[in-house]
Amino acid sequence: MLILYARLFWTFFQIGLFGFGGGYAMLSMIQGEVVNRYHWLTMGQFTDIVAISQSTPGPIGINSATYVGYISLINAGHEYYWGFLGSCIATFAVVLPSLILMILISKFLMKFKEHPAVEETLQGLRPAVVGLLAAAALLLMNSENFSSPSVCPWQFWISIGLFFFAFIAQKVYKMSPILILVLCGIAGLLLF
Amino acid sequence: MMDSKTNTNNENMLTEGGKTSTPNLLWTLFVTFSHIGLFTIGGGYAMIPLIQRKVVDEKKWVSEEELIDLMAVAQSCPGIFAVNISIFIGYKLRKTSGAIISTLGTCLPSFLIILAIALFFQQYRENIYVERIFRGIRPAVVALIAAPVFKMAKTAKITKYTIWIPVMVALAIWLLGVSPIYVILLAGLGGFAYGRYVKD
Repeated sequence: MLILYARLFWTFFQIGLFGFGGGYAMLSMIQGEVVNRYHWLTMGQFTDIVAISQSTPGPIGINSATYVGYISLINAGHEYYWGFLGSCIATFAVVLPSLILMILISKFLMKFKEHPAVEETLQGLRPAVVGLLAAAALLLMNSENFSSPSVCPWQFWISIGLFFFAFIAQKVYKMSPILILVLCGIAGLLLF
Repeated sequence: MMDSKTNTNNENMLTEGGKTSTPNLLWTLFVTFSHIGLFTIGGGYAMIPLIQRKVVDEKKWVSEEELIDLMAVAQSCPGIFAVNISIFIGYKLRKTSGAIISTLGTCLPSFLIILAIALFFQQYRENIYVERIFRGIRPAVVALIAAPVFKMAKTAKITKYTIWIPVMVALAIWLLGVSPIYVILLAGLGGFAYGRYVKD
């Protein structure tokens, strides 16, 4: 069991360290290590993680680390409290590299933010970040989030309506994002 | 990040920080980031509107411009975007203990929810009510990510001469599937080279 804990820690530490490019890129790394290499989870259980991560709040990386940490101990035949420890270890391991790296980078940025080289670099980055955010929104405008007029016209048009409601509520009326999400969740429950 | 407006913001933050005792501020950090962690649905960018409201507008812990710089840094570092952002803000306010507390806040809600699902609700994902709620939430998440784009464009001082940069970036990522990391590297190098060799 200690070996399993050590491997869990090391695997998720590596995923945290090399996991560039957001939650979905991380998921494919997790699949490679956890399903294909170590067989801690079956492919079906991995698909569950993807579905659950998408339909629960919180960053995908955290969700999947917590879930894998728990399930891999249960699959190895251990009690649920050892599974709890496994999820603690995997979650801690996946954020540890960020914690170390980002603290170093924060230190560096605060110290050298007046330095011309840093300022010039950041000046080049700012317009690009605006593009990144726009791309994130465009990438999410897909049938997974909105359905499509051919598959389910009712869900599609309601989704479009909810999109404009949320956009205007946020942009014009400055409504709290939390309230917007709660209202749209209730609308989904009643309308779909 | 370095203009005079931001500097006064930083000073304000420091005097406010002087009034607030450390345990209090750490608790506020924890509560704020657990809210943000709880409502980060569908990828890290979903936390941006919440950060803008809670951290930039209400608490004034970082300026809008700093947030943009921070997004570039968090995106080009490995690890979880949402966690990277909370570490920076926590570190800025209370060094290492702030960074640890804000990370805990961001992770704890999803950790507890997933653990509860793994322990008790294996059937959760087949639950039709949960599915319906999330069908309603997903389009709103997309809108919440789209809405701050224009405000950020203003903060990033985009003019008619620089508008092509965000447009090209968005199209390259959206249509060509270019990795955001390459975009960030290129933009950073471009900014550096422009400042070094063209401007003077």
